[in-house]
Amino acid sequence: MDLKELYRDVILDHNRRPRNFGRIEAADGQAEGNNPLCGDRLSLTVRLNGERIEDIRFEGKGCAISTASASLMTEAVKGKERAAVRELFDKVHTLLTQPDAAADGSLGKLAALSGVREFPVRVKCASLCWHTLNAALGHGPPAVTTE
Amino acid sequence: MAANVPLAMSAPPLDAQAVRREFPILATTVNGHPLVYLDSAASSQRPLPVLRAIEDYETHSHANVHRGVHALSQAATAAFEGARERVRRFINARSVKEIVFVRGTTEGINLVAQAYARPRLRAGDEILISALEHHANIVPWQMVCEQSGCTLKVAPINRRGELELDAYLQLLSRRTRLVALAHVSNALGTVLPVKRLIEAAHAHGAVVLLDGAQAVPHSHVDVRSLGADFYTFSGHKLYGPTGIGVLYGREELLAAMPPWQGGGDMILTVSFEKTTYNELPWKFEAGTPNISGAVGLAAAMDYVESLGIDAIAAHEQRLLQLATAELTRLPGIELIGTAAHKAAVLSFVMKGVHPHDLGTILDTEGVAVRTGHHCAMPVMTFFGLPATARASFGCYNTEGDVERLVAALGRAREVFG
Repeated sequence: MDLKELYRDVILDHNRRPRNFGRIEAADGQAEGNNPLCGDRLSLTVRLNGERIEDIRFEGKGCAISTASASLMTEAVKGKERAAVRELFDKVHTLLTQPDAAADGSLGKLAALSGVREFPVRVKCASLCWHTLNAALGHGPPAVTTE
Repeated sequence: MAANVPLAMSAPPLDAQAVRREFPILATTVNGHPLVYLDSAASSQRPLPVLRAIEDYETHSHANVHRGVHALSQAATAAFEGARERVRRFINARSVKEIVFVRGTTEGINLVAQAYARPRLRAGDEILISALEHHANIVPWQMVCEQSGCTLKVAPINRRGELELDAYLQLLSRRTRLVALAHVSNALGTVLPVKRLIEAAHAHGAVVLLDGAQAVPHSHVDVRSLGADFYTFSGHKLYGPTGIGVLYGREELLAAMPPWQGGGDMILTVSFEKTTYNELPWKFEAGTPNISGAVGLAAAMDYVESLGIDAIAAHEQRLLQLATAELTRLPGIELIGTAAHKAAVLSFVMKGVHPHDLGTILDTEGVAVRTGHHCAMPVMTFFGLPATARASFGCYNTEGDVERLVAALGRAREVFG
C-alpha cells in the first residue's frame, strides 16, 4: 500500500487549510455526522436558493481524510442543484468503493480521493460528509453515524 | 501494584527473544514489514502452551460439563473445575466458590451491577466511579441508576491522568453503597492506589469492585491483600483466549445475591412451581460454559507464572521508560497520561496529525497501535481530544519494537510535513 496514494497533496492541502470551514447562521438545512469508531464529528450547514446550494459550510474535528473530503465536497457542490449533487454522490461512492473505478473528468479534485479505496477501514472517513450532506438536504435521517 | 515496582525492578531480566518464539503470530509480516505488535492492552497474543492446551482439550477431553457419568464428561468437568482452582491460586482467593467464569470483564461488571447493585440500591444511594473508567465500568452503573433511582458520582482526575485523592475521599459518604474503579486505566495506563481507595470506601460501608482487566497482565494481584469485594478481569488480555473472564466475589456477597441468568447448570431442581438454585459458583453460570476458554486461561496463568509476573512487569517498565524518553524527544509529540505510577501503556498525540491517520501510517510500516477513544470517551473529553494513539507493551515486546515505533512516527511526520 502506497501512502502517497492516500495522502495526495490535494488531500494534505485541504486538511491543513479546509475550505468553507465554519457555520451558516439561519441555514436552510443542517445535519451532524459522527464516526463513533474514531470520534470524528462533523456539522454541516447549507443555504438553499430553490433547488440550488447557494452556500455550504462544515465544522468539526476529524482525520485528514474526513476533513479533506468534507472540504473538497463543499467546493464541489456549492452552486449545484440537488439533482446534480445526488449524481455526484453516486460517483464519489463508486470511486470510494469500486476497485477499478476510473475517476471521470466531472469529479475534478474529488478524484484525489481514489486512493482511499486501497484502505477499506478509511472509506467511512471519506464518505461521512457525503452522507451528512444527504441528511442536511433532507434526503436522509437528521443525524448520521458510520456505525 | 505500585508497591511492586521496586520488587519488579530486581527480578531477573526476561529473555524477550525466547519469549517471542513462543508466540507464532509475531512472525507475521504486515504490509511488507515484520509485525510490531503494540496493542496488547486491547488484546494480547497467545503463546504456544495456551494454543496447545486448547487443542489438547478439544482433541482429547471435550464433552459437556457437570452432566454426564461418561468418561469424557468427567474429563471435561475435571479440566473446567481444575481451571477454576488455577484461577483461585492466581489471585489468591479463599475458595473456588468465589471464582465465577464469565465472558470477560464487561460481563463481570454487568453481573455485579444487575445481581448485587440493582436489587439493593434505592433513590438516595450513590455509586462512585472515577473519571478514568472504561465504558464497561460506566454504562452498567448508569443502567442500575435508571433502574433503581440511585445516583452515579464521578471522582475527578488531574492533568497527569491521576485520580484526585482528596476529591475521591470527599465524595465518599454513608450514601455511597458501591465503588467501582479501574485498577489500571486502559486509556492512560495510570495505576490507581487501590488498596488505599478500598480502605477508605470500606470505612464508609461501601462495597468495592475493581476492574482488573489492565492490571492482571502486569502485576501480581492478590484479591485478599487488596481487600477487594469484587474483582473482574478478561482472559484475552492475559495471553489467554477471548470469551473467557473471571469475576471474583467475596463468598458472603455472592451467596446473598440472586442468580443473574437462568438456565441449565445454575439449578439444583426445577419444577413449574419452584426452582432451587445451584450452589456457588455455579449459581452464576447458566448454560454450557466456555470450557476450552477456561482451559486456555489456566494455561495462560501457568505461562505467566513460568515467566514470572515480576519479571514481565520489570521488562515492560523498561520498555515504557525507553519509549517515554524516545517519544518525549520527538518534536510535536505530546504524551497523554503522565501519572507517576503507570503500567505498560503510552497514549500520545502528534501535532497536526490526527490519531486515525497516524494509525494508518504506522500500519503501513507494520506497527500495530490502537487509535481512537479507547472506549473511554470521558477521558478524551477531559483532555479535549477526539482520540489518541496508544502503544501498549506485553512480555514479547522488545527495544527494537520501540525503535520501529519511533521510526514509523518519523515517517508520519514526513508524510504530513
